[in-house]
Amino acid sequence: MISALRSAFFADDRAPASPLARAASFALALGLLSLVCSGALAALSYHWSWGPVWDFRRLFWNGWLTTIGIAALALPLSCLLGLAFALLRRSSFLPLRYVARIYVEITRGTPLLVQIYFYWYIFGQQLPRDSRFLAGAVILSLFSGAYLSEIIRAGIDGVGRSQLESARAIGFTRAQTYRYVIFPQALRRILPPFAGEFASIIKNSSLLSVLGIEEFALAAGTVSSQTYSYFESYLPVALGYLLLTLPISLWTQSLEKRARFET
Amino acid sequence: MKLVLHNLTKSFATHRVLDGLSGDFGEPRSLALIGPSGGGKSTLLRIIAGLETPDAGTVTLEGEALAFADEEKLRAHRRRLGVVFQAFNLFSHLTALANLTLPLEKVHGLSASEAEHLAREALRRFHLADHAHKKPAQLSGGQQQRVAIARAIAIKPRLLLFDEPTSALDPEMTAEVLEVIEELKDEGRDFLLVTHEMGFARHVADRVAFLADGRIVEHAPAEELFGTPRSPECRDFLARILKY
Repeated sequence: MISALRSAFFADDRAPASPLARAASFALALGLLSLVCSGALAALSYHWSWGPVWDFRRLFWNGWLTTIGIAALALPLSCLLGLAFALLRRSSFLPLRYVARIYVEITRGTPLLVQIYFYWYIFGQQLPRDSRFLAGAVILSLFSGAYLSEIIRAGIDGVGRSQLESARAIGFTRAQTYRYVIFPQALRRILPPFAGEFASIIKNSSLLSVLGIEEFALAAGTVSSQTYSYFESYLPVALGYLLLTLPISLWTQSLEKRARFET
Repeated sequence: MKLVLHNLTKSFATHRVLDGLSGDFGEPRSLALIGPSGGGKSTLLRIIAGLETPDAGTVTLEGEALAFADEEKLRAHRRRLGVVFQAFNLFSHLTALANLTLPLEKVHGLSASEAEHLAREALRRFHLADHAHKKPAQLSGGQQQRVAIARAIAIKPRLLLFDEPTSALDPEMTAEVLEVIEELKDEGRDFLLVTHEMGFARHVADRVAFLADGRIVEHAPAEELFGTPRSPECRDFLARILKY
């Protein structure tokens, strides 16, 4: 009896859990969490009113699409910026190295919200009003690019000296060494933390609402201020972000597993 | 190989590894560098391989001085050599086969099919045909080193450089790698070998140079150097090392 319970709810490296045991434990955890949440809500004696919020569904939908649009722009752009700054930090021309270094340290050391205001008031004012969306995506990319460049730099630094030595001995040029040795090897190490940063980009895009970009979080703000239904306005938003970030998180985990097997 | 070294100096930080090293070895097919650890053997090999730049001095190979200041020429020099390292240094993300085809295609301009043909031939030669699709991590140390030798040979180098090729291997694998090097000697390939395997150096090298304290203390035909070493340093070294 006790051993049956043990195998149903406990697992370690020597005795991994069966799929059934994992499903049962997952359901249990989810049930407990919902119990806590509904208990807390019951204590508030909150009155749900989904009707008024439902009337704004188009606003949510458009906001969600805008968020996806911003992310779709910011993801490749931040990768490019990250790569550029990672390479600059390895440049043989020292001033360029410091440009990259200063940018990365300042960006990582200050809140995104502050950066959004700064970039916007310094550069954004000169832009036409309908370019907010683009400007927002660029600001977000400048922010995430700093984080990605550190991930890339660590990935490049992680390529063993012996590999670089071999590449030189064979007669590769610097560019060939990057192309055929450093990038393919660094990519494996970089991908899991990269995917994590992608999820951050999606979530961080919510701060762009302060520029009046009508993305997902702003939609919730608008709706809640008109309906006074805060939970009903922000719950769909939480779910909408999860819908985007959960697949990335799961993908990250599978990448990490694969990276473990490959070495 | 015609190799002349003149007055080579190399320091790392404050440590002087090569100290006015000179040597004219005539025209041996194979040259072994022996001597105590830290005596500068590997540094000398790396300078000859064009991987390290000496602070002063010249290296003349086949009558041609190495242009250490000209990266372009130095790269051309590296392309004509096959270097085998102590730690194998195979590209860890590539299969054995791809480790051979990559330099053939990207450095020596062969087509993909030509490169694969040559690479498979080289792998077969060293009894590695069954391992062509394995990554280095799936191969034993001895197999990895043989793949590394196959990679060095496949480009048809004018000179092979072995930097302690068996130091990271257990005795059995050492034997399988030494066998391969011996085969290469029988084939008449030129090579330079840094090694701690004295018996093997004596057996396989035409000429042996003894390095200590950043200089070539003496060099002679293998039998002569091991039979009647002239310098007291070399005599001491051999006595110490051959004692057990």
